[in-house]
Amino acid sequence: MSADKDRWIHTPPRESATFDRHTIAEIHRAAATGIYDIRGFGAKRKLPHFDDLLFLGASISRYPLEGYREKCGTNVVLGTRYAKTPIEIKIPITIAGMSFGSLSAPAKEALGRGASAAGTSTTTGDGGMTEEERAASTLLVYQYLPSRYGMDPDQIRKADAIEIVIGQGAKPGGGGMLLGQKISDRVAKMRTLPAGIDQRSACRHPDWTGPDDLEIKILELREITKWEKPIYVKVGAARPYYDTALAVKAGADVVVLDGMQGGTAATQDVFIEHCGLPTLAAIRPAVKALTELDMHRKVQLIVSGGIRNGADVAKALALGADAVSIGTAALIALGDNHPRWEEEYAKIGTTAGCFDDWHEGRDPAGITTQDPELTKRLDPVEGGRRLANFLSVMTLECQTIARANGKSHVHNLEPEDLVALTIEAAAMAQVPLAGTDWIPGANSR
Amino acid sequence: MTASNPKSTPTADGKRNTTLDLAASSLRDINEILQSAEGGEFRVVNPRGAHALAAGLEGDVDVTIDGHVGYYCGGMNKKARISINGNAGTGVAENMMSGRVHVRGDASQSAGATGCGGLLVIDGNASARLGISLRGLDIVVRGSIGHMAAFMAQAGNIVVLGDAGEALGDSIYEARLYVRGKVASLGADCVQKEMRDEHRRDLRRLLDAAGCGPEVLVDDFKRYGSARRLYHFHIDNIGSY
Ligand SMILES: Cc1cc2nc3c(=O)[nH]c(=O)nc-3n(C[C@H](O)[C@H](O)[C@H](O)COP(=O)(O)O)c2cc1C
Repeated sequence: MSADKDRWIHTPPRESATFDRHTIAEIHRAAATGIYDIRGFGAKRKLPHFDDLLFLGASISRYPLEGYREKCGTNVVLGTRYAKTPIEIKIPITIAGMSFGSLSAPAKEALGRGASAAGTSTTTGDGGMTEEERAASTLLVYQYLPSRYGMDPDQIRKADAIEIVIGQGAKPGGGGMLLGQKISDRVAKMRTLPAGIDQRSACRHPDWTGPDDLEIKILELREITKWEKPIYVKVGAARPYYDTALAVKAGADVVVLDGMQGGTAATQDVFIEHCGLPTLAAIRPAVKALTELDMHRKVQLIVSGGIRNGADVAKALALGADAVSIGTAALIALGDNHPRWEEEYAKIGTTAGCFDDWHEGRDPAGITTQDPELTKRLDPVEGGRRLANFLSVMTLECQTIARANGKSHVHNLEPEDLVALTIEAAAMAQVPLAGTDWIPGANSR
Repeated sequence: MTASNPKSTPTADGKRNTTLDLAASSLRDINEILQSAEGGEFRVVNPRGAHALAAGLEGDVDVTIDGHVGYYCGGMNKKARISINGNAGTGVAENMMSGRVHVRGDASQSAGATGCGGLLVIDGNASARLGISLRGLDIVVRGSIGHMAAFMAQAGNIVVLGDAGEALGDSIYEARLYVRGKVASLGADCVQKEMRDEHRRDLRRLLDAAGCGPEVLVDDFKRYGSARRLYHFHIDNIGSY
């Protein structure tokens, strides 16, 4: 047979768009193990996101502010609605709640140090508050979660604000699971459970259901803390218009809205990739609810889920958020997925940039682990410095954009400063498709 | 504390007995008085189903509430002894740390939820999810309890003199359950367990503490707890989840 004929019999290998390599590998994995994939990190699929938006910048009709000279404010006050002592953060970026247990004690301390140096807050997580984290954090938000692991009224009193967690963007409607390998004696003691067993965190609160109960729960927390502390309500982006309205009705000072790209310490891959709204699609409905209730800027909105740089911050603020929150990016700033650990990533079957087995406790960077040897790799002082640097860069970037759009405070950024690169992003963010005045779906919810 | 105008009368041991009237003062004012008291006796009248009453108490105080209370009465209590002469709404004594809460009537859902320490006594019946996610609190119910009691309960004891509803102790961890009457059904991973001497002693201590007389016999109770089969996620248990 001639070589020429051969060519026509064997077409070059063609990957299926439906059954791509990842899908095939996943079917093999499922068939071999009988269990779904659990992992950390957030959604990895491509989603409409802040990258699909652009700022216009100044022009004849809008004049810019001088970089390095003219002031562009970045401070945010949270909790002005009911709290006797609202908190003020110097930058519009906070550190999201990540549990001690999922993260090592030095990692929690590093987050506190970095946030404090930058003048912002950090947040506890499932499992309660550690001494290190309280000591390292000037402003610490205490998460009140369904599991109530480690819940202690004295810790609530020591906090600067309280965040009632209803859900997370990575898994709206899901509880949590901390695998036995990560349950050190200290973690077990804080959670009143035997060491080494898998710990499920409940998906619903044990003593309330629905918005009317939530209102009473908020009353109780306010009574216990003498109405001093701001009370946040955190929801995963599912029905942001209604959830925001209900949180306001229940008496929240602050709504935290976490989009589906939001990070997680351990969740089923199918949950991460297939539930919730992209962050981009969640902001406008939430802002609409606030505006309709005359609560925009009175009840503050913190947005999270895939925030990576100052442009993302500026875009979230322009769409109406008061501040943003970061989880994954903060861990990366501490050194997660850094190429210096490449050899060790290879040993556990991954590579720097792709490591997401945060639930297994074998993190070479010493962040998502309780292993005493691995945790030593993260110096909390150095980690804190890196995070402070990163926060400072994000803030400078956000200010650069704000000044170019003529804003003397980052809160003056507005949807009119934005255009979208895709029809999807235009519809979700309710800004015009670039070069047109077309906002798909305008006037609908 | 201007609004409350509390009436104080000295008691035999020299402590002050203060009456607080919710018809005349705000919840905030009354809670503030109770929360800042380090000791003493208080009587709260006209509670009228108020929520979060006597929540977050820190001191070694005695509080008697005359009437029915709403949600979260005695929530997160640290040392106080709170007695409710009436029924209690959802989440009575939720997340209590120590001290004692006594409901003379019935209790609604999630009584003693996530409680860490101390004693909760309910003279009447308790509704669903009693002692959910319990973390060390002891609960004694003289009547019967609803479904899903002790769901995911981690530590502590629950004693029920009457019957228990469906799915008792579902996904229970290390908490111990003692029921004298009928159990409608046991939840996933909850099994009947042997009553050994240590359990008899424990149960007697709890009954005594709750004021149950010697006519309530330890040997009439059965003990339930975790089979510990769901402590590690295992694919062969998938039917239980
Ligand atoms: C390691 C890790 C642990 C987390 N733990 C919690 C938690 O205990 N409670 C919670 O509400 N959210 C938790 N989250 C979610 C974050 O609070 C936040 O919503 C999310 O990380 C924001 O998205 P981003 O990671 O893209 O910035 C966790 C996230 C990560 C990455």
